[in-house]
Amino acid sequence: MASFCRDCLADALERSPRCAGCGSPRIARHGELAQMAIAHVDCDAFYAAIEKRDDPSLADKPVIVGGGHRGVVMTACYIARTFGVKSAMPMFEARRLCPHAHVIKPDMAKYARVGREVRAMMGDLTPQVEPLSIDEAFLDLTGTERLHGMMPAKTLARFAKRIESELGITVSIGLSQNKFLAKIASDLDKPRGFSMLALSEAPAFLAPRPATFIWGVGKAMGAELARAGFRTIRDLQRADEAELMRRFGTDGLRLARLSRGIDTRAVDPDRETKSVSAETTFSADIADFRTLERRLWELCEKVSGRLKAKELAGATVTLKLKSADFRLRTRARSLAAPTQLAAKIFDAGRELLARETGATLFRLIGVGVSALAPAQDADPADLVDHRGRRSAAAEHAVDRLRERFGQSAVVRGIVLEEE
Amino acid sequence: MKITVERADLLKSLSHVHRVVERRNTIPILANVLLRAKAAELSLKATDLDLEVIETVAAEVNPGGATTVPAHMFYEIVRKLPEGAQIVLESSGDRAAMSIRAGRSKFSLQTLPESDFPDLAAGELTHKFTLGAADLKRLIDKTQFAISTEETRYYLNGIYLHAVTAGNRLMLRAVATDGHRLAQFELAAPAGADGMPSVIVPRKTVGEVQRLIDDSKGEITIELSQSKIRLTLDGVVLTSKLIDGTFPDYTRVIPLGNDKLLEVDKKDFEQAVDRVSTVASERGRAVKFALSAGRLVLSVTNPDSGSATEELEVGYDADPLDIGFNSRYLLDIAAQLEGDTAILKLADPGSPTLLSDKEAKGALYVLMPMRV
Repeated sequence: MASFCRDCLADALERSPRCAGCGSPRIARHGELAQMAIAHVDCDAFYAAIEKRDDPSLADKPVIVGGGHRGVVMTACYIARTFGVKSAMPMFEARRLCPHAHVIKPDMAKYARVGREVRAMMGDLTPQVEPLSIDEAFLDLTGTERLHGMMPAKTLARFAKRIESELGITVSIGLSQNKFLAKIASDLDKPRGFSMLALSEAPAFLAPRPATFIWGVGKAMGAELARAGFRTIRDLQRADEAELMRRFGTDGLRLARLSRGIDTRAVDPDRETKSVSAETTFSADIADFRTLERRLWELCEKVSGRLKAKELAGATVTLKLKSADFRLRTRARSLAAPTQLAAKIFDAGRELLARETGATLFRLIGVGVSALAPAQDADPADLVDHRGRRSAAAEHAVDRLRERFGQSAVVRGIVLEEE
Repeated sequence: MKITVERADLLKSLSHVHRVVERRNTIPILANVLLRAKAAELSLKATDLDLEVIETVAAEVNPGGATTVPAHMFYEIVRKLPEGAQIVLESSGDRAAMSIRAGRSKFSLQTLPESDFPDLAAGELTHKFTLGAADLKRLIDKTQFAISTEETRYYLNGIYLHAVTAGNRLMLRAVATDGHRLAQFELAAPAGADGMPSVIVPRKTVGEVQRLIDDSKGEITIELSQSKIRLTLDGVVLTSKLIDGTFPDYTRVIPLGNDKLLEVDKKDFEQAVDRVSTVASERGRAVKFALSAGRLVLSVTNPDSGSATEELEVGYDADPLDIGFNSRYLLDIAAQLEGDTAILKLADPGSPTLLSDKEAKGALYVLMPMRV
């Protein structure tokens, strides 16, 4: 069985629990080691790891990165997780579970910078990198053996070491023959993990797990499957592919394949962005339209900035509101043409907001645009909206000012609190 | 109430009125059609609170009365009854049901009291004129395609109908625009239109009127106020609210000063645009016009699928010009042009272009170019 030491990359002896060369116990060993080239790389507790790196005194303390008292946990370090703190948990609950945790306000610009450094190092391994988020990506290392002079598994182990020594954070790697299994594998051994899940082991590995373990099977689909008698993945494996297709259409085909660990999706470096959005949770619930409107404007500027950076424009504006009792409302509106402008996103969002506000208290507001188009199609000249052309020109002028003098050089009156 | 009515008459009327009824209704009575029978007449009425249609058909009535039944279900029942059937509708005040009998079929539909049925109070309609069905149809057909569906600018979601003095004649003019294109059609104003309020007729109303007049050859009476419009034809009375908003000053965007004149055979032009736009994506990629003396080269390049080029001999002697248009918008307008020759008046690649017929008067189209 092929095996190597993840620390010194030397080939390891058969069945030896430690590396003969450096004595490390971190041996990667798998019968199909050389056949697996699709990896899922996930940074461990990314935001918290960066904060710990930048302040070594936090190394042995629980650290939570998240917003204020009312926000949610964005990342909890592994020490905080031992107290039960999880991502996306409301902050007050996290504080209750782990009162002595160091809570750090997120510094997204810093995380994005580190994320780009990680991305660049991935790019040194293969051009086939499909980013999933700031700290996560699929890599296809097929055909890189000659280039790197070693099999993909070793290349990845070396990459993990490089991230540790150069960036001071750790990653977990899942390796397989496809994306579905690679993603499952990276979760098996965290943090600082390296785990392999071959296609040949997949059916047995997946069989006892619930159907909802399959990517894309949520609560609703899970319930539908359960009604049809498919509770575990084993139930799906036993069913005939044609039978599943008859019952669930194209979903059935996907279920039949994924339940056996088969996934033919390619690692796609150019996967399209489908929407661009921003949201914020308030420190105290808000019902007042004027106040909500102000927060909406700030988010619209953020979304507009992201669209401009990505050279995209969107033709559908979606407003997202979460009421104090955690009920989610989303309302969408289509525009006449794709836009990049904060003012236009705001106009549509504001109208949607006006219909929703009243006595209801809200804890979160978000705005996003979808139906994306390239920037060159954005904000075409309009026959009847002359004001629009002028306000577009004004917004672009403000963008240029901010580029030179900083983000707060010019702000719209709406963001200033009323007396 | 007991009514005997010919299936064909009832079906025709129901097919008109049931369309007004929204499929999903939160107010139960709005899902119903109001039947009112008296003196050898049955009138059917449906409303969505913005639009109301009343249609009257001949019937044997004895005794008279009124009730309401679910519109779509009633329509489906009548539709499925055999051709040539005599239909008997019967209801009594003490049971909340109406029976429908024809031959050996018998149905019973739950009713809601007619007193709950809303009335779209038209108020006083200040202006009244008549228009031939063909004229009204042209007013609608020529402009309807340009109506905006964008909710934010709700005042563009209809046809702007108003009277203007052009030259020294009073014209009745219809205008619609979605900001990308604008369509204008006018005809000599009928007597009574003088001083009428300028109104925006909503898209849904426009569509319903268009269907009603499709097979009508008669005269249509139009009554207007600031907030309502009523059209009466062939036993149908349609009353609608108008869009409460201000239509933008469209005259500013009609580029009468464009000096680059292009004359092109209408049919050749339409077919060529249609052919080259085959490779454009459904989102409406630009058709590029490369104009030089006597020559128009149309081309579309779609990086995802391919490209197309077609050359036309045209009347053009201004400076060479490259300009792009959305292929779908161009086809919409080409479909409305009537004569043998189409005229395009252009200025530059960033300014609106004017399109019209060489011979037929009355219609004018403005199209915003696209960046190519």
